[in-house]
Amino acid sequence: MNELVEHGNPQNWYLVLSTILFSIGVMGVLFRRNGLIILMCVELMLNSVNLLLVSFSAYSGNTEGQVFVFFIMVVAAAEVAVGLALLVSIYRNLASTDINILSKLKW
Amino acid sequence: MSSQLIFFMLAALSIISALFVVFSRSPIYSVLWLIVCFFSIAGHYVVLNAQFLAIVHIIVYAGAIMVLMLFTVMLLNLNKETEPHKTNLIKFAAIITGGMLMLVLLAAMRSTELTTYVAPERMETGFVQNVGMKLFTDFMLPFEMTSVLFIAAMIGAVVLAKKEKH
Amino acid sequence: MDNFINLTQLITPASLIPLFPLLGFFITALFGKQLKHFSGWFASAMILLSFGLALHLFLNLPANQSLNFNLFNWIKWGNINLAFGFLIDPLSLVMLLVVTGIGFLIHLYSIGYMHHDEGFSRFFSYLNLFIFFMLLLVMGNSYLIMFIGWEGVGLCSYLLIGFWFKNDSYNDAAKKAFIMNRVGDLGFLIGMFFMLFYLGGLDFETVNANAINYPAGSSLLVAITLLLFVGAMGKSAQIPLYTWLPDAMAGPTPVSALIHAATMVTAGIYMIARSNLIFALAPFTMEVVMWVGVITSIFAAIIGIKQTDIKKVLAYSTVSQLGLMFAALGIGAFESGMFHVVTHAFFKALLFLGAGSVIHAMGGEQDMRYMGGLGKYIRITWLTFLIGTLAISGIFPFAGFFSKDEILAASFGANKTVWILLSISSMMTVFYMFRLFFLTFSKSFRGTEEQKHHLHESPWTMTLPLIVLAIFSVGAGFLGMPAVMSSTHYFSQYLAPVFEGSKSLITEHHHADHGTELMLIGIALSAAAISIGLAWSFYVSKNQIPEDEPQGLSKWVANKFYIDELYNTIIVKPIMVISDILFVLVDKLVVDLIVMAAAWIVGFTGRTLRLVQTGNTGFYIFAMVIGMMVLMFIQLVY
Repeated sequence: MNELVEHGNPQNWYLVLSTILFSIGVMGVLFRRNGLIILMCVELMLNSVNLLLVSFSAYSGNTEGQVFVFFIMVVAAAEVAVGLALLVSIYRNLASTDINILSKLKW
Repeated sequence: MSSQLIFFMLAALSIISALFVVFSRSPIYSVLWLIVCFFSIAGHYVVLNAQFLAIVHIIVYAGAIMVLMLFTVMLLNLNKETEPHKTNLIKFAAIITGGMLMLVLLAAMRSTELTTYVAPERMETGFVQNVGMKLFTDFMLPFEMTSVLFIAAMIGAVVLAKKEKH
Repeated sequence: MDNFINLTQLITPASLIPLFPLLGFFITALFGKQLKHFSGWFASAMILLSFGLALHLFLNLPANQSLNFNLFNWIKWGNINLAFGFLIDPLSLVMLLVVTGIGFLIHLYSIGYMHHDEGFSRFFSYLNLFIFFMLLLVMGNSYLIMFIGWEGVGLCSYLLIGFWFKNDSYNDAAKKAFIMNRVGDLGFLIGMFFMLFYLGGLDFETVNANAINYPAGSSLLVAITLLLFVGAMGKSAQIPLYTWLPDAMAGPTPVSALIHAATMVTAGIYMIARSNLIFALAPFTMEVVMWVGVITSIFAAIIGIKQTDIKKVLAYSTVSQLGLMFAALGIGAFESGMFHVVTHAFFKALLFLGAGSVIHAMGGEQDMRYMGGLGKYIRITWLTFLIGTLAISGIFPFAGFFSKDEILAASFGANKTVWILLSISSMMTVFYMFRLFFLTFSKSFRGTEEQKHHLHESPWTMTLPLIVLAIFSVGAGFLGMPAVMSSTHYFSQYLAPVFEGSKSLITEHHHADHGTELMLIGIALSAAAISIGLAWSFYVSKNQIPEDEPQGLSKWVANKFYIDELYNTIIVKPIMVISDILFVLVDKLVVDLIVMAAAWIVGFTGRTLRLVQTGNTGFYIFAMVIGMMVLMFIQLVY
């Protein structure tokens, strides 16, 4: 598949790596109940996507991918700021960051 | 060969640290392992010749976001293991689901046909100059708009986190 | 060339005419609460502006010219192209002036009459809307635009009859008017479909141009004109669709004057006059129109004799006069019919407004048995009412004399039986009008002491329209003097271009010579004098008051020949029975079952599925990831 690459690592490796990182992030979200760690797992997932985008950008010689990564970072930073504020607010009200306590939103 | 070696070392480091993020008992360790993971990803960026992003990545994630996380952990006094254990069934289900997702994604990757012509070491796409040119010409408006987003996020964070008056 | 420029300059003012009342409607409807009593003045000003524009058109439109323009293409479908456009010609100009002129006076009158009503602004918004639709009706250059106005005035009539909607019987009257009009409108609508299908369009020009190609009396034209006439019967209250009009008197009196006497009910006459060419091509329909008109005229006049409600008398008189106009149209004397529309608009509006002034003075009492001797208390109303009564009676030189005489002369030339019947109807008209006048204004007061104390003349906003209308009721007739008095008949000369096409088709249209004409005038006047004398002897000399429970034949007449009850038995009751059966069989058993089943299924699914909403965030994330996975898997496999 990658015969055309003159030398260096095949791009597939990056695909596999970011897939694995993404899956670990998803697993973390499913596995943990602490809101803070779920937030961190989300960051991990975002980063795996960033890595994928950078690799595509690098292998196809197109800068747009990196610009996109830059914007994702911006969004991630904003998201963390708001997310942590939410977490602080939740903790202040419920004295816990366990997401399973937040089960008011049901029938 | 050396680039392959670097890749595998970095990949191993990022996967292991990511696993530790998920499986650490104490939140503070999770945060620290995540920082390690981010550094390894920054290493990948360097290998891919994206120096600008690597620097930004370290500054934003390791320097800002993770510090914020750490502060939150300490502020909320979360560093001890307070999390009640989930049942084994849920843990098992989580791991199975995550694994299956990975399999599906990998299967999807396998069927892609990548048409790469140039090795990243030769490319100059990731240089500050090139990224800067793109950002300040084609992506001028979105770039400026991010400042609006940040203001909104800042105000939102302040409103959400401030003490409610009873 | 010069004329051409003039005509295009008139397009803007012409299109503005209906816009002012529409604007007035929106503003009084939306800001009525803020405007308070100013809304009445505002609404009147809008109508005055329209009147001014109509006058401008009247003065500047060259004689023998008409202004026909399309504002935009409305419906384009296959070969059919229906445009939204106006036609300004002498006929529509006459109607425009009548509608806006009398409309303005009645607006002004309403400011005084409705002053204490809580729905003051609502009333004026309806009135403005009515004027808007009426203007569309008379200005439209196609049957479609006319139909929009036609339906719109029906709606406004409904809204205004049921204006005091807290009273159930008023609402019933409104519904009755609306439903009866629907019956007629169905005829109009089917007639329009026929025209669209066979005559290639709906605008007057196309219809007329294509209708010429059919032989006179062809079944298609007869069908179309009969259907149109059904519409006219509904709107203009002819037998058998007349019973709504007397009930329509439930609305405020200015409404009765404006809508149910002066303007809307004459829409049927206008429509037939507008379609004079196709009607002239269908002699059978003309015959039907004539006989329906004659019978309605005499029938309504008989009922009018025994009514005791002041507005009911006027309502039956309106039905009767409309019958007279239809008879004129049926004979082929289109200008005479239109002339009577105009003079009738003046004196009937005057009579209704006068009646309103009386009711106002009496504090809401409408029964003539409790009036009497009012002439002393309300001088202006008394005088103007007398003028109106003389005008409707056809006494020289009041307006009604000229128009009615013209119709009678035309009918004498066409059909002697019709002439006799119409003369009898006119005699009865004179009788019941003077009966009304004497009972109301002469002798001594028969009401309560409290009412007597309350008697007062109306404010100037009410008396001014009375005076203006009285002046016109005296003067309007001189526009169309019979040949024996003047060589030019201004009115029919002005309208001549409109009826040019149909003139040659109507055979029995020969002018009576001067001697015959004088004889007819003499007969009409002496008949009127006899009627006045009879009314005087009954209600002044003998001082009769209509008894509460009339016996024998007069009981039948007082109860309007039980026509309402008849309709109730043969139409309303069976419909009710059928509706009840359908309600039980179809509605309850079929429709309800389906609807309830659908509702139950939705409810059941909802109740079951909501158990999924556990509120547990972890569960939601699981569901999300698994769903994502399944989607990707499907994408991958297929």
